[in-house]
Amino acid sequence: MSVTITIKDLVKKYGDTTVIPELSLEIKKGEFFTLLGPSGCGKTTLLRMIAGFNSIEGGTINFNERVINQVEPGKRNIGMVFQSYAIFPHLTVKGNIAFGLENRKLSKAEISSKVDEILKVVQIEQYKDRMPKNLSGGQQQRVALARAIVIRPDVLLMDEPLSNLDAKLRVDMRNAIKDIQREVGITTVYVTHDQEEAMAVSDRIAVMKSGIIQHLGTPQEIYQRPANVFVATFIGRTNIIEGSLTRQASSYSLHFGSSYSEEISNIQLPVSNKQAELNVKISVRPEEFIITEDQTGMKATIVHSVFLGQNTHYFVDLESGQRVEITQESKTAQILEPGQIIYLKVKTDKINVYDATGELNYTRGDQL
Amino acid sequence: MKGTRKRFDVWTNISFLIFAFYILFLALPLFTMLFKSFYNGTTGDFSLAYFVKFFSKPYYTNALFNSIKVTVCVTALAAIIATPLAYIMATVKIKGNSTIRILILLSSMSAPFIGAYSWILLLGRSGVITKFVSNTFGITMPDIYGFTGILVVLTLQMVPLIFMYVSGALKNVDQSLMEAAESMGYSGFSKMRKVLLPLITPTLLAGGLLVFMRALADFGTPMLIGEGFKTVPVLIFNEFISEVGGDDGFAAAISVIVVLFATAIFLLQKFVANRKAFTMSALHPIEAKKKKGIGNIAAHAVIYLYTLIALLPQLYVIYTSFLKSNGRIFVDGFSLQSYRDAFNNIGGVITNTFFLAIVSLVVIILLAILIAYVTVRRKNALTNTLDIFTMFPYIVPGSILGIALLITFNNKPLAISGTALIMIISFVIRRLPYTIRSSAAILHQINDGIEEAAISLGASQMKTFFKITLPMMLAGVVSGAILSWITIITELSTSIILYTGKTKTVTVAIYTEVIRGNYGVAAALSTILTVITVVSLLVFLRLSGQKEVSL
Ligand SMILES: Nc1ncnc2c1ncn2[C@@H]1O[C@H](COP(=O)(O)OP(=O)(O)O)[C@@H](O)[C@H]1O
Ligand SMILES: [Mg+2]
Repeated sequence: MSVTITIKDLVKKYGDTTVIPELSLEIKKGEFFTLLGPSGCGKTTLLRMIAGFNSIEGGTINFNERVINQVEPGKRNIGMVFQSYAIFPHLTVKGNIAFGLENRKLSKAEISSKVDEILKVVQIEQYKDRMPKNLSGGQQQRVALARAIVIRPDVLLMDEPLSNLDAKLRVDMRNAIKDIQREVGITTVYVTHDQEEAMAVSDRIAVMKSGIIQHLGTPQEIYQRPANVFVATFIGRTNIIEGSLTRQASSYSLHFGSSYSEEISNIQLPVSNKQAELNVKISVRPEEFIITEDQTGMKATIVHSVFLGQNTHYFVDLESGQRVEITQESKTAQILEPGQIIYLKVKTDKINVYDATGELNYTRGDQL
Repeated sequence: MKGTRKRFDVWTNISFLIFAFYILFLALPLFTMLFKSFYNGTTGDFSLAYFVKFFSKPYYTNALFNSIKVTVCVTALAAIIATPLAYIMATVKIKGNSTIRILILLSSMSAPFIGAYSWILLLGRSGVITKFVSNTFGITMPDIYGFTGILVVLTLQMVPLIFMYVSGALKNVDQSLMEAAESMGYSGFSKMRKVLLPLITPTLLAGGLLVFMRALADFGTPMLIGEGFKTVPVLIFNEFISEVGGDDGFAAAISVIVVLFATAIFLLQKFVANRKAFTMSALHPIEAKKKKGIGNIAAHAVIYLYTLIALLPQLYVIYTSFLKSNGRIFVDGFSLQSYRDAFNNIGGVITNTFFLAIVSLVVIILLAILIAYVTVRRKNALTNTLDIFTMFPYIVPGSILGIALLITFNNKPLAISGTALIMIISFVIRRLPYTIRSSAAILHQINDGIEEAAISLGASQMKTFFKITLPMMLAGVVSGAILSWITIITELSTSIILYTGKTKTVTVAIYTEVIRGNYGVAAALSTILTVITVVSLLVFLRLSGQKEVSL
C-alpha cells in the first residue's frame, strides 16, 4: 500500500543554523519523486526527516492522514536505500533481504517465498547464498534495493543510490530502479545531485537550493520552463544573455544588445509592472540558437568547436564580448573554423526571459 | 525528536551505570588518595607536611630524578632501536618474517621483572656469562645492577611496542610518497629524515607515550635489579608495604606527585601530537623486497640478533626450569623437580590466575563493547567524560591504583580489600583500555547507515545492536581482548599490593619466589606462564586468521 506524503512548513535546524526554512510539498501516491540540487542544499536532511532519522524543528510530515513526526523510524514502514548501500556484511544476500521480514512476524515459509520473489524482481536469484563481499557494486545495489522493497514499504527512500557506481552501470541501474519502482508502485523519494539521472527516472522533480524548493515540476517542465535562472543553469546547459524587453501593441520586443531584436508573444508581466522598457535576463540553451544564412541576427565569432558525433558544439564570442555555447546538428559539410563570422537568431518559442534579478520567469509555458 | 529521545533511554542508562562504576572504583580511590596525602595521619589536620618532606630530602627527590632519567632514556632508546628494526622489516624480505614478528611481540609479553631476574642469572655477579667471561678471559664484566640493568631490561621490553606501532604506520605509507621523494632528488638517509620520519612522527609520539608511562610505572624491574638505584614506584611500595616506619599518607603523597607528573606528560604529548596529527592510508603500501648481497645479510643479521637478545631472558628461564636444584642453587643435571615443587607448594596460584583472569576478561569484554558503543555512537557530555575516565589507567601506575583501591576499600561499607573482587576490579580497570580501543576503532569503520538500515527495516535498538552492530564489531573486540588477557595474566604491580594468600596469582608467585631465591620454582612458574601466553596468542591468531596482533 503506498501513501501520499504531505509536508507542511517543515523546518530543520542544526543548532542555530537553519538548513531548511518552512518547506511545503506534496508527493503523490505511487509517484517517483526526486529531490535534486547541488551538494549541501539539504536533500539528505529532508530525506532523513521523512525517514525519521533527523529531528523535526517545525511543521509536519503526513503519510496520508497520519502525522508521523512522532513515529519511530522502524514504525513508519519505509524502505531505505543508502548511498553506501549499508549491506550487512556478515549476512548472506538472503539474510540481508530477510532481515526486515523477520521483524514482521511472518512464518519461515512466507519469508522464504517473499525473498525468492523479490530476488527475481531485482534479478539476482543466483546470488542468494553469497556473502556481500563477493558481490559487485551493481549486485550489492540490487540487494540493497531488494531489502528495502521486500517489506512492502509505504514509502521508498533512496539517497544518491547510484553515486558509487561507474558511469555505465549507473545508467543500467537507474533504468532498473525505474522499472522496478513502476512494477511495485511504491511512492518513492529519490535524492540525487545528477540532473540527467533525475530527468531519466522521475515523474516529478523538486529542484532545491539552500533548503528552498526552486522549482517543482515534471522533467519536461523543469527543462523547458525553468522557474528561475538558477534552475535554468542547474538543469542542462544554458547561456544567460542580458537584454531588454519593450512593450508593443499586442506583443513584446526582445532586444539582444543593439543589433538584434525579436518579436515575442508568450510573455506575461506581473500586472503591477507598468514600465515601458525592462532589463531582462534571457536564457538560451545551446540548441535554441539558429545560425542564419542571410547575415541577420547577432554577429558572432567562432572561437572553437567540439565535434561530438551527432552534434557539434561551438563556442562563440558575441559582439558584447560574452562567450556563448551553441549546438548544431553535425552536417556533412565542413565544421566552422575558428575566426569565422556567423550570425545567430534564437528560437523565440523556446527561450526563457527572466526579470533582471533572475528570480521570475516572464515566459508563459502554454505556447510550447 | 522522538527518535532521538527513545535512543537515549537504553544507552543513557547503560552510560550512567558504567559511569557509576568508574566513579566508585577509579575516581573515588584516586580522590581518597589525594585526600590522604593532604591530611596528617595522626592529628587528622590539613597539612602539606608530606609534600614538604618529599621535596626536602635528597633521598626522595633523587628517586624522582632517577625515575625521570630511566623513563626518558628507555623511551628514547626504545624508539631509536625499534624504528630501524621496523623499517628493515617493512622494506626487506626477511626469512621467517611473520614468525619473527610474533617472537618480537612475545618478548614484550612477559612481566618485565622476569626479564630482570633472568638477566641477573645471565649477567649478574654470579651470572653464567659473567662467570664464563671472568674464568676464561679473566675480565670482570661491567655491573648489570642499577641504572644500566634497568635500562637494558626495560628497553628490551619496550622496543616491541614501538616496533609494532611503527610497523603499523609504515603499512599506511604509500610507496608513491617514497618514489615522489626520490624523483625530487632525495635518497637514502635524507629521504628518511625528510619524508619517512615526519610521516611516522605521530606514531612515534603515540608509541613513545605508551612506553613512557609503562617505564615510569614499572616496579618489578628496579626492585630486582636496581639495588641502590631507587625509583619512585619502589619508594611508594616500600613506604606502603613496610611494616615498620611505613606511612600510607606519605605513600599517597608520592603517588599524587607521580600522577600529576604523568598527567602533565600526557597532556603535553596530546598537545604536540594534535598539532602533528594527520591521517594516512596507502593505496600501494611499501613492499618488502628481496635484497641481495651484503645488505641482505646485514638486514637478516640485525633482525635475527635482536630477536635472539630479546628472547634470551625468557629462553634462559625456560632452560633453568629444567635444571636440578639443590636448595636454592642450580646443580648439574636436569630434572622436573622445580615443576613438582611449583605444583605442590603453590599449584593453587594457577587456578587463581585462571579464575581471576577469566572473570575479569568477561567483564572487560562486556564493558568494552558498551563503552566503545556509547563513546563512538552516542556522543554527549556523559560519554565524553567516560572516554576520559577510560584513559586514566594509562596515566596512573598500577601500584598507585592498587594502593588507592586498598586505602579506599579497607573499611566498611565497602570492605572488599583482600577479596577476589578487588583483584578483578583492578584488572578490569587497568586492562579495559586495550579492548575499548580496538572495539572503538572497528566501530569507527562501521558506517552509521548500516544501523539505520536495520532500524528502518523495523528492528529495535537492541535487536539492531545485537544482530547487526555486535557481530560486525566482534573481530575488533577479540583482537583487543587478547591483549587484555595476556596483560592480566602477567600483571604484577597492582596484584602485588592487593593479593592475599587466597588470591595469589602466578605472576605474584614468581615474584615472591624470586625474592626468596627459589629460582627453580620461579623458573618453572615463568615457563608455565610463557606457555599460557604463547598458546593464547596462537589460538587467537588461528581463530582470527590474522598474522599479527595490532596494539
Ligand atoms: N549533523 C549536522 N550538523 C550540522 N550541520 C549539518 C549536519 N548535517 C548536515 N548539515 C548541514 O546541512 C546542510 C545540508 O546538508 P545535506 O542535507 O547533507 O545536503 P545534501 O544531501 O543536499 O548534499 C549542509 O550545509 C550541511 O553542512
Ligand atoms: Mg546528501
